[in-house]
Amino acid sequence: MSTKHRRISLTVNGEAVAREVPVRLNLVDFLRHDLGFTGSHVGCEQGACGACTVVLDGQTVRGCLVLAVQADGCAVVTIEGGVDDDLREMFYTLNALQCGFCTPGMLLSSAELLRANPNPSREDIREYLSGNFCRCTGYQAIVDAVFTVAEARRS
Amino acid sequence: MSIGASVPRDRAKRLLLGRGQFVDDIQLPRMVHLAFVRSPYAHARIEAIGTAEAMALPGVIAVYTADDLEAAVSSWRPEHKLFPTMAAPEQFALAKGTARWQGEAVAAVIAESRAQAEDGAEQVAVTWHELPAVTDANAALAPDAPILHDDMTSNLAFTTEVVAGDVAVAFGQAAHVVEEHFRFHRHSGVSLEPRGIIAEFEPGESRLTVHQSHQTPHQQQDLYARLMGLPEHKVRVICPDVGGAFGLKHHLMADELVACVAARLSGRPVKFIADRLESFLADIHCRDHEVHARMAFSAIGEILGIEVDDLFNAGAYGQYPRTSIAEGNQITRLTGAPYRHEHYRAGLRMAFLNKSILGHIRSVGHPIACAVTERLVDMGATELKLDPIEIRRMNYLADDDFPRTSSGGVDFENLSFNGCLDKAVEMFDVPAFRAEQANLRNEGIYRGIGIATFVELTAIGPEYYGEGGQHISAQETCLLRLEGSGTVRCYTGVTDQGQGIDTGIQQVVADVMGVPLADIEVISGDSALCPVGGGSWGSRGAALGGEAAMRAARTLRGNILNIAASQLQKDPGDLTIDQGVVIDAASGTSHMAVSEIGRIGHFQPYNIPDGISADLTVVERYGSRDRMFLAGNGLQIATVEVDIDTGIVTPLRHLVVHDCGRILNPLLVREQVRGGVVQGIGAALYEELRYDEDGHLLTGSFADYLVPMAGEMPDIEVAHIETPTKTSELGAKGAGEAGTAGAVGSILNAVNDAIAPLEASIAVTPITPPRLLKALGRI
Repeated sequence: MSTKHRRISLTVNGEAVAREVPVRLNLVDFLRHDLGFTGSHVGCEQGACGACTVVLDGQTVRGCLVLAVQADGCAVVTIEGGVDDDLREMFYTLNALQCGFCTPGMLLSSAELLRANPNPSREDIREYLSGNFCRCTGYQAIVDAVFTVAEARRS
Repeated sequence: MSIGASVPRDRAKRLLLGRGQFVDDIQLPRMVHLAFVRSPYAHARIEAIGTAEAMALPGVIAVYTADDLEAAVSSWRPEHKLFPTMAAPEQFALAKGTARWQGEAVAAVIAESRAQAEDGAEQVAVTWHELPAVTDANAALAPDAPILHDDMTSNLAFTTEVVAGDVAVAFGQAAHVVEEHFRFHRHSGVSLEPRGIIAEFEPGESRLTVHQSHQTPHQQQDLYARLMGLPEHKVRVICPDVGGAFGLKHHLMADELVACVAARLSGRPVKFIADRLESFLADIHCRDHEVHARMAFSAIGEILGIEVDDLFNAGAYGQYPRTSIAEGNQITRLTGAPYRHEHYRAGLRMAFLNKSILGHIRSVGHPIACAVTERLVDMGATELKLDPIEIRRMNYLADDDFPRTSSGGVDFENLSFNGCLDKAVEMFDVPAFRAEQANLRNEGIYRGIGIATFVELTAIGPEYYGEGGQHISAQETCLLRLEGSGTVRCYTGVTDQGQGIDTGIQQVVADVMGVPLADIEVISGDSALCPVGGGSWGSRGAALGGEAAMRAARTLRGNILNIAASQLQKDPGDLTIDQGVVIDAASGTSHMAVSEIGRIGHFQPYNIPDGISADLTVVERYGSRDRMFLAGNGLQIATVEVDIDTGIVTPLRHLVVHDCGRILNPLLVREQVRGGVVQGIGAALYEELRYDEDGHLLTGSFADYLVPMAGEMPDIEVAHIETPTKTSELGAKGAGEAGTAGAVGSILNAVNDAIAPLEASIAVTPITPPRLLKALGRI
């Protein structure tokens, strides 16, 4: 029931942001409800589903497990801040999404994988995306999309 | 041709930019947030509710209990006139007097923020008197069981029997009988986006506007109007992007109704978004059946008869408005469905008990009917020393057996069991698998293969709910509007939760009208804008919404050609439309663009002679007649590896051959089938809503309730054969149930095949490591 507040300054998708926030506010709620970046979603608030994945200082994090005050001084990128166009286009072409609720997190995790490993096997992709729950697809179109992008980038 | 092409979806472009609009993305001026006080007990009397402390907290605006809502909203009873003896206990928006499951909402707090509403809910002081709970159907139906509902004399919600022929004769003549006792545990749809609603009440005109993550906006409009005493045309339900549904978002949910009432009472927009714990506690659940079944065979392996008894662990109330009956009904109707047998008896007993309401989640009842049947067939094959494929071939209904009313009483128009099996064995080298399996067993590696043949009931006809007395549309309507520029808006009564039915309908309209896909937008999910329809559930979008769109597109095309002909001094029959241009049908000569027709039709109507049909906004409908379902079919082959030391089952290769009639878009259907398979594998191996003996949920998070993630799932091969229904012009059957319908049975059979050399078997899902180790006698 704390109403304690703290002032934070950070960049979100390249824009400088300064706000007074409750210390108990998590990052994804801050991004969604205070700033209107609703592309990151909330699926479990327990760090298990990956729908709230955002990039914090270059690394993907669960937006529900990070407090907004922990992002003070950091650079945050959400799906609205952009993700590799080739990946996004391949998700579209291969229909690697249905309802779209997991998709921003899937895209950000996939982009991170391809930065770390330009030559992933299908098993590598499946393993890396195992923190992102998708209830609609059979994951296969997602794996296909990431694998195809990796192949295309190498050729 | 666009129909049948693998076209990606327009809506996906927006979702990929993070610019979807889900309910929780919407903020309205002066909107408040709703949180619930939910019962911590499975069964308890509510003796008092103290709200003063909650009301004193910063940001809290109101606390509501059942008494506060009484004048503002009616209660309901889930009745179905086709099942007149089914018990239909009264349910209230907030529990009144007694809470009947852990998680039932008993008080509602609205506050300026979600966090403040939750703070308030924590401070609501409920005085409980805990009552004994019944947590499974056996206990619920015991003679001395505590009874949930005061107006019932037991917890028996419904009992029925489906009989064909005489099973006593069949089992009396049988050379072989196999028998198994199955347990399919409780799970749910678990959409990634939880249920959510924003309700806004405008008191001047008494207008309720609802934004809701839901599959059936017109149904909700009717329900909110009737339960809240509002004229229906003053209620509007808008379903924005919906983050997965799978059946759990096509019901009246008491907590969502509370949001509507709270909006009216408070005069402020009210948002309720379920969190994950309350999703597990209070969403519609599914399965939870204990099934005893046996199958009689002749000496050469012909199936002579099947007997099945389903003990159905329903929830604390009936699901509204559909009731909870369908899962038991499908099990009693579909067991044995792919096979030619004359003697059949299926008994059903459904019990109310102290858990969340059980109802319709993807593939209602199908996975159980399929798994029971296919496990018994495999057991028969073992008993008779027959190959599982051969015993199926011997007993499948053949193409010339159709049309046929099954022994379970379901009409099958044209199913293709043999065709699907032929295709499957063409794709999957079973002898090679068997050889490898034998070799690996020598190394202590246990692999198995399982086949599951399924029937898929889709696109329910209007007779079921129409005669049942529910206000659920099983007809579809499509409104098309040619804009002045020649582009087309298409309004449909079906809804899109990611399946891509919007795109399928766009393809139908494009083909029939002869205009480019990009010139058409499909608009759905708005009860005020869209023509009345049933939404999307039970795999009805393509078959019903697609057919209505085809009819509307034909009418609009006809009117465009009428106008064109009047301008060109030609016969409309000599003209056609191709790529948005009116051309001469015989020569292909271009005459005028459809945009010209739009311009003339809207802005120079005086140039169109009287007496011709020239409407550029048209509506057509499609409702099937004299059939309950459109049946499709298919089979799955699963292979698994069982670690006999840990009890872990790893799915390996998985294959689906599916027949859903004419396919509008293979790209979308294939991945939808795969998604269904993954949900089915989840049910087979991981997903379970476990309760302790007092009815307390033990699996309230994704750490405890395991869902399939990418790493555990195999690649899934999907192939189709197409046997179009002749009951419609388009020929599409539904496709959304198939993956889930067959996955449980195929995995169950594969695991049993893997452990067969160890003289062990299992008939419980999910097949968790402890259960499997127990079956293996290792713990």
